[in-house]
Amino acid sequence: MQVQVIGAIVFWALAILTVAGAALVAFSRNIVHSAFGLLAAFFGVAGLFVFLSADFVGMVQLLVYVGGVVVLFLFAVMLTGRIEQVEISNLSRGPLPALAVLIGTVAVLAVVAFQTPWGPSGDMAAEPTTAAIGNALLSQYLLPFEIASVLLVAALIGSVLLASRRKEDELEDQATAEATDQPGDPPAAGPGGEP
Amino acid sequence: MTITVTHYLLISALLLGFGLYCVLTRRSAVAVLMGIELILNAANVNLVAFSRFTVGDIDGQLFALFGILLAAAEAAVALAIVLAVYRSISSVDVDDTSSMKG
Amino acid sequence: MASYPYLFLIPLLPLLSAAFYGVFGLKVHRRFGEKAVHWPAVLLPWGSFLVSAIGLVTLASLHGEHAALHQSVWSWIHIGALQVDLAFLMDPLSAVMAVVVSLVGSLIHVYSIGYMKGDRSYWRYFSYLNLFMFSMLVLVLADNFLFMFVGWEGVGLCSYLLIAFWYTDREKAAAGMKAFVVNRVGDYGFTVGLLVLFWGLLGVVGATSLNFHEVQQLVNAPGMADRLVQVGLPTAVCLLFFLGATGKSAQIPLYVWLPDAMAGPTPVSALIHAATMVTAGVYMVARVHFLFALSPTAMTVVAVVGALTALFAATIGLFQHDIKKVLAYSTVSQLGFMFMAVGVGAWWVGIFHLVTHAFFKACLFLGSGSVILGCHHEQDMRRLGGLGKLMPWTAASYLLSCFAIAGFPLFSGFFSKDEILWQTFDSATLLVPGTLLWGIGAVAALCTSFYMFRSYYLTFSGTYRGGAAQQQGTGEEAGHKMAAAKASGPDASPLGHPGQGHGHTLPRESPKNMTIVLAVLAFFAVVAGFVGLPHLWHLPNLFEHWLAPVFEAASQGLANAGYGAGVEWTLMAISVVIALAGFFLARWLYRDERNPIPRRLLEQGSPFIRGLHRVVYNKYYVDEAYQVAFVDRATGLASMLAWFDDHVVDGLVNLAGAIGRFFGRIQGAIDLYFVDGLVNLLARTFLVVGKQFRTIQTGRVQSYVYGVMAGSGLLIVILLLVV
Repeated sequence: MQVQVIGAIVFWALAILTVAGAALVAFSRNIVHSAFGLLAAFFGVAGLFVFLSADFVGMVQLLVYVGGVVVLFLFAVMLTGRIEQVEISNLSRGPLPALAVLIGTVAVLAVVAFQTPWGPSGDMAAEPTTAAIGNALLSQYLLPFEIASVLLVAALIGSVLLASRRKEDELEDQATAEATDQPGDPPAAGPGGEP
Repeated sequence: MTITVTHYLLISALLLGFGLYCVLTRRSAVAVLMGIELILNAANVNLVAFSRFTVGDIDGQLFALFGILLAAAEAAVALAIVLAVYRSISSVDVDDTSSMKG
Repeated sequence: MASYPYLFLIPLLPLLSAAFYGVFGLKVHRRFGEKAVHWPAVLLPWGSFLVSAIGLVTLASLHGEHAALHQSVWSWIHIGALQVDLAFLMDPLSAVMAVVVSLVGSLIHVYSIGYMKGDRSYWRYFSYLNLFMFSMLVLVLADNFLFMFVGWEGVGLCSYLLIAFWYTDREKAAAGMKAFVVNRVGDYGFTVGLLVLFWGLLGVVGATSLNFHEVQQLVNAPGMADRLVQVGLPTAVCLLFFLGATGKSAQIPLYVWLPDAMAGPTPVSALIHAATMVTAGVYMVARVHFLFALSPTAMTVVAVVGALTALFAATIGLFQHDIKKVLAYSTVSQLGFMFMAVGVGAWWVGIFHLVTHAFFKACLFLGSGSVILGCHHEQDMRRLGGLGKLMPWTAASYLLSCFAIAGFPLFSGFFSKDEILWQTFDSATLLVPGTLLWGIGAVAALCTSFYMFRSYYLTFSGTYRGGAAQQQGTGEEAGHKMAAAKASGPDASPLGHPGQGHGHTLPRESPKNMTIVLAVLAFFAVVAGFVGLPHLWHLPNLFEHWLAPVFEAASQGLANAGYGAGVEWTLMAISVVIALAGFFLARWLYRDERNPIPRRLLEQGSPFIRGLHRVVYNKYYVDEAYQVAFVDRATGLASMLAWFDDHVVDGLVNLAGAIGRFFGRIQGAIDLYFVDGLVNLLARTFLVVGKQFRTIQTGRVQSYVYGVMAGSGLLIVILLLVV
């Protein structure tokens, strides 16, 4: 009994953390705050995974999202935005239609979630899943696994290529800088300038 | 009170809703991407919850794993694109990237 | 199998040093100088020698069927049928290998202190050298094929790194690349062999493994051998494995990289040729001997390839001028002998020759390194000579090793080589008569004796021919120096030896740490043979007895021709005569410059002799043939495709374009007057309509998301209406 109560408390704490984080992402007016809200949401989801006895997925969530993706986002925010401006991520379109979409979607899904008879809960034993997942990845899911690795390599190379400045760009920048190196001209470093 | 699959579905619905809201309202491409990440997380929560409660198998977890993987790849590439765009037009506003508009 | 918890230290110690100097080497070198680099880097391999030696002693105290030390470090891969551990195994075979590798390797480390003195990349050198030791020890001590493959690839990598050590020189970098690429061909065979073995066992036996002992048990299970032979599995697997062995151990057809491996620093050549790398193939064949024993075809291939390589390489060695080239071809030739031995099923003899060869070949190479260092990086024997008085230690050790390799009685090479020849003669397992292989081997042995003593006399007797011109004049001297530098071309290394620079003219004996290593190696080269005395002498053969637990089971199935003791005595006498004949012939021809025959033969001999000499001197043009057969084919194919693209594909495209243009003209005329009216009408229509629809495509992502949401909302509504 006590275990159940503690479990419920933990669950609700995680749920609130997740949802509050997501809300912060959606409603915060400062993009850095949004990024930290994202961190909270990811962390909460990782906790929920562990709570669902999916310990391995939870760890991966923690490693990939909390450790990787959020950091990536923070970098992107720092590199692209002028953070000193608080109003950097202000709302573009009127929030009302978006709010309507939000409420509509959640309402529809909630109705479905409550009304569908989900049947008896096939209770899974709460045991470590890492070994089972490892076996599945190298036997039944080998092909997706390999394809995923190829995809990751492609993504790696692609993002390095996209994010790195190419030689020609630099040369062009230099050329324009030299060509327009006259008083009165606008600063040439504009597009390629260091953020 | 026992925790059932419905609870998880509600959390995931809220995540999806906030993600959508974020995508719909933000002007900064980085923030839009954050919304997309929320949506993907909502899907993952659903997958793992179903795998735990209704199937009792780890297949759902594997799908979630692949989902995480894809999301990570997507985030890396998309943020690289954002950086590249920022370099060329000095802005990450999705409204400003209109040079490919017909 | 007894557990021995220190086995992992043997490879780990060199790895630690390699990793440390790989990361911090430059800083340590800059900050604390060379001493800080070489002391730990040299001591740690000695540590692994110590552990190996203790392991050997421990093993000796364990008598019995399965005397072996074992240590499983951690479980590596456990997926389905694939069960692989990171585990070390030290049975008599790998114990011998580990001790020899770590001993000779450590000695070479000591020697390198003197040889590499003053090199800019001192730390990098020692890091690579340690890594090489690590890889070889992993290869030797692994208890399964996959872990062995780690070491197998490791030595390939290290050979590339070390051969191309002076990578600023294009030719040396190319030599490293050649070694790597040629080795890859062999590795391919090994990998495919591994897969065939793994799945073949699963298919035929129903169980499978990559662990040496388990595979052996599976194969030796009652009745299994016949079923395996029926589907031809042993032959296929063994031939594929042997392809791998030819790559690593430089046999026909993949031996071409080894002579080029001379581009590396000389101690590296010694390491590659003596202790590590090239012995890997022989070791591997001995390791999977139980499979080879099932396939006479594969054994015949091994023995024949070995014999042919022995002869082939020996003849090339006859006329080389570069002292290191001579030694390189002698290595290829000696490896041929080893493969002859393992090919006829005398596995312990192959390993025996491997051990004795490790000592005398290391000594020969290090001796040549000492000569090269003393003579300011001169490797051409025509410009050496008379060094016996100047470098007595080097000369003495070199001579003793020459006696050993030529097979003089009571020197180590005699026991092992004679045993190989006898076992080959006596073998009846092969598809070709053993006597034929014996004949080839005997001729190769004669060549060996001759070219080794030729190299000794050219280098160490007579008068010094290198510095003579330099002492004469002023203007001439510069010119000669330049010519000499040019001639030695790729072999001239960018080393700067303080105190041994090019200012001195007469060669000097090398520093103490090098000569001591030479002396130790020469000692072993002389006495190492006494562990494997011929049974003819009625003295205990320790080596055969030591390895018996490993090979006994498999060798029982092999047939002997059954020649008696009289034949064996005769063959032994022939061996001795061969060795002496080569010695006296070389002494007569090359002892000093007084004998004019060699020069006269070359200058005035018949076109036939000169042509033969040219072909042999140019290594039978094998490199050129490979260039034509493989490298040029590849580039030729590329240029052919380029031509095809340029002419045929482009032509087709251009033709299509021309036709299109022609029709286009006709159409254009019609178009202009008739269709245009219609089209313009249509276009106007679209323009008007488009203007209306255009507002939908805003280019704003968010409006598209609204579209998506509206669509899904619509779907939900439809769903609700239908259900």
